[in-house]
Amino acid sequence: MSEQNLKTSLLGFSLNSPLMGASGTFGYGVEYAHMVELPKLGAVCGKGLTLHGQYGNEGERLWETPSGLMNSIGLQNPGVEHFIQVELPEMEAQLRPAGVAIIANLGGHSEEEYEEGAALLSASSVDMIELNISCPNVKQGGMVYGVKAEAAAQVVRRVRAACTKPLMVKLSPQAEDIPAMCRAVEKAGADAISLTNTFQGCAIDLEKRRPVFNNIFAGLSGPAIRPLALRMVWQAVGAVNIPVVGLGGIATGRDALEFIMAGAQAVQVGAANFVDPRVINRIYDEMADWMQANGVKSLDEIRGCARG
Amino acid sequence: MPAVCCDSVVLDQIALTESVRLLSASWNDPEHLPHAGQFFMLRCWGMGEGPFLSRPISLHYWDPGKKMVEFLYEIKGEGTRRLAQLEAGDAIQLTGPSGNGFDAQAIPQRARLALVGGGIGTAPLYQLARELNARGIRPDGYFGFRDEPFAMESFRGLCGVVRVATDSGRFGFHGLVTEMLEPENYDLILTCGPVPMMRGVYSKCAAAGVRCLVSMENKMACGIGACLGCTCHTKEGPRSVCKNGPVFEGSEVFGE
Repeated sequence: MSEQNLKTSLLGFSLNSPLMGASGTFGYGVEYAHMVELPKLGAVCGKGLTLHGQYGNEGERLWETPSGLMNSIGLQNPGVEHFIQVELPEMEAQLRPAGVAIIANLGGHSEEEYEEGAALLSASSVDMIELNISCPNVKQGGMVYGVKAEAAAQVVRRVRAACTKPLMVKLSPQAEDIPAMCRAVEKAGADAISLTNTFQGCAIDLEKRRPVFNNIFAGLSGPAIRPLALRMVWQAVGAVNIPVVGLGGIATGRDALEFIMAGAQAVQVGAANFVDPRVINRIYDEMADWMQANGVKSLDEIRGCARG
Repeated sequence: MPAVCCDSVVLDQIALTESVRLLSASWNDPEHLPHAGQFFMLRCWGMGEGPFLSRPISLHYWDPGKKMVEFLYEIKGEGTRRLAQLEAGDAIQLTGPSGNGFDAQAIPQRARLALVGGGIGTAPLYQLARELNARGIRPDGYFGFRDEPFAMESFRGLCGVVRVATDSGRFGFHGLVTEMLEPENYDLILTCGPVPMMRGVYSKCAAAGVRCLVSMENKMACGIGACLGCTCHTKEGPRSVCKNGPVFEGSEVFGE
């Protein structure tokens, strides 16, 4: 095991590493806490919350694709207040002692809901809020705000005003114009940007002669989307001056380093956790090994280096 | 006890029928001992080499002496086809034991029990029958198959009565396993199999006022309660089959 330093600063926090469990794939972190070596885990982005709990979508929720996974969970969650009372204390007990930052992911069905949810989370012990304006699986949900830059800016402005925590805004690849979207949410008060959420896809069940998913479209994640996500992260880094957290199909140390070299401050690991719940350990080790083999002591030396 | 993920080794694999396999692998984690009704996520292919997700397979038999877990499964798609190619000495990734399983220790020793299995759903009932026998409880067994029964010999020494039904009539009773069942003769019925069968078992149990536990199945991504892909409706609200289940009170999932 090499002695490279993967400590990562983000919005005033010194993270154990640049690796975060991505929202929706990592539960509330406690499910993985005994399989991942916590000193290698920078942060956990909890399962997406909405002000009021919701069941999520009926029908198929999962569908495998080549090197990927489509999901249509539909933001099943217990609601913000339940999270603060039940899930957050468990995260505090298991993650906090190991220095893993706790990030609450917040979705919503209206600007008022976002605002109220953010205010509640602001008064809790979470370290940051990741604002989900990009869930493709909720009809009246975040997606509306994920496509149009002006709609996104509007909701970010309102949440910013209601929120005292560092605010990271998670963008959708369905945004009409990624650089314009990034600039709009930066101007509206975002402290950081994370991208991308899942790509909208579709699958047809031949036997039923119907779409697999009740919502017809669902979100594609996994290595299949990685080059697409990396392109958007590259664009985001070029568009704004706030930190960009990259995600989309990261499954190896080399994948993570690609995002870092594109300029990402940190990265999130999503669907790969399903393939191997210990994958973050391996990604960390592979990053450290690459750094050692290439004489790199800190990620700061190579962050954004590919941009020349 | 939460699930863990281990790189394990295949000990043996035998074909019981054209499509049913019995796979054994080592399980050396002394802190995470499996019990009946729990399952593991199995995987023997790299990312991009096969299906994206691992395959949830229930525990058929656990031998603490040999530190061996056995899985009885049916080849249904690409994932199980790959599992079927495994031979002794091959590597296999196991994540588990997952789920609540059946709580054999909580069942009163004088209880009259019936196990009702359908097809590959008989798999977890073998370990359950063993755990019940270890407590001095000898359940009756009712097992339904489409055409060809498998793994029935192992139940005969553990069950009072073993009754087999086939849809085709080739073996045993010609008809549905639920038709043979008389719930009023039992205090508790534990079932695993296709949902229509379990719903039928539950309905007969409910009509007779007999408690019924059902083991549910669903597609899963994580198998440890993180992704919420396998959520089912229950009277108590949404529950993860992988974490809150797979064993539920029949009334919770099938009740009015």
